[in-house]
Amino acid sequence: MLSILRSIWYTFLHAFHKRETQGYPEKLPYLPPRYRGRIILSRDSDGNERCVACNLCAAVCPVDCIALQAANDENGRRYPEFFRINFSRCIYCGFCEEACPTYAIQLIPDFEMGEYDRQNMVYEKEHLLISGEGKYHGYNFYNVAGVDMGVKGTGKGENEEAPVDLKNLIH
Amino acid sequence: MKFVFIIAGVLISVLTIAAGLIYVERRLLALFQDRLGPNRVGPFGLLQVIADMIKIFFKEDWIPPFADKAVFVMAPGILIATILLTFAVIPFADNFIVLDSNIGLLFFLGNSSLGVYSIVLGGWASNNKYSLLGSIRASAQMLTYEVFMGLSLVGVIMMADSFSLRDIVEAQRGGWFVIPQFVGFVIFFIAGIAETHRTPFDIPEADGELVAGYHSEYSGMKFGMFFVGEYMGVTLISALIATLFFGGWLGPSFLPPAFWFFLKTAFFICMFILIRASLPRPRYDQLMELGWKVLLPLVLLNILITGGVLIYTHSL
Repeated sequence: MLSILRSIWYTFLHAFHKRETQGYPEKLPYLPPRYRGRIILSRDSDGNERCVACNLCAAVCPVDCIALQAANDENGRRYPEFFRINFSRCIYCGFCEEACPTYAIQLIPDFEMGEYDRQNMVYEKEHLLISGEGKYHGYNFYNVAGVDMGVKGTGKGENEEAPVDLKNLIH
Repeated sequence: MKFVFIIAGVLISVLTIAAGLIYVERRLLALFQDRLGPNRVGPFGLLQVIADMIKIFFKEDWIPPFADKAVFVMAPGILIATILLTFAVIPFADNFIVLDSNIGLLFFLGNSSLGVYSIVLGGWASNNKYSLLGSIRASAQMLTYEVFMGLSLVGVIMMADSFSLRDIVEAQRGGWFVIPQFVGFVIFFIAGIAETHRTPFDIPEADGELVAGYHSEYSGMKFGMFFVGEYMGVTLISALIATLFFGGWLGPSFLPPAFWFFLKTAFFICMFILIRASLPRPRYDQLMELGWKVLLPLVLLNILITGGVLIYTHSL
């Protein structure tokens, strides 16, 4: 009997609690910086595409929503000829971001992707590519990697020493 | 002419309140559950009522081919008719009453007994196992709670010395009956929840077990009539509690009497919704046990004590 009255009283007190519901379109929710939302392709600090078309994202994707085709530019550097994400399949798991060796593919805090036509959920490379560096500033894969792809000369990279001249006895 | 105005006034206000309660209940339940509730249609979502009405009027009104058609159509009407008839004897203010009957309270009890037919026939005519189970439960529950709903009012009748609701309110000028008849008030409230089969006692509907109980097969406005009938029942019981135990239209004179009546009624409607928000549904046998083993002896004891005290004070 008392417990019934007590639960009625406690329920009444809930009238003065903070609301769990947020008035969404007027009051936007707070999304943390690491929120896994819409996928973008970023550029490095020189403004070049970071993506090297290694296909790791497409391989790790559990729902196979990423499709891309690799190609080589005049310096021999790999880039995606097309890069297509079907967001009507994407489950926003973030595996592609974890797999990416160059920080090219990133998930950003944006979920407002409603469309009237299902075909509009398929994003091509020009929709995915942004002009900035996304979450990781100052990182350029080819500045760290050893291979010369027209970004840096041999031995000019970060954490890299100039190549040893084998014919010079002074070393 | 005045008579027609009173009837129209009562009818319009009761129907408007019953329809508005759909919105009020959703907003209040949201309030108690830390949500916002419907707030999109119009200012504060007030036009939600109109949107709901338009929706339910345009829904397909389907009568199942296996149903007993005449009874199936009649059942929701009985519910609305019995409840609306009962509002005739309720005094909204000193002279704002459709029928100042000297058996007003008996008229209410008789009508609420007739209301059982609506649910029993509705479930029977649906020709559906779940509906029938719901209406069997409803008939047992409502007969049980009818018994001491009537008995819980005997104390009030003895103190007011009248069955007329107007006389009962007048008898409360010295003090509200809720103080000497507190047991009667609590039992009438519990029985009222069971009569309107609202949530702690919504065993006839029990959507977890019986789909929707007696109105499983109803759709469109016929379902809407059961729905509105439930809210009219809530309004009726709240109005009766205000009249019988809380002095009806009596109150300080800076507000009109009818306003006091509506204020008290609104308070008990909110209590109905608060109880719905907080209490779970008991098992069927628990409901019956509570009725026959606890509430019935308690209400008989209440009558005995009230009678004893009245005889003692009269003999002085």
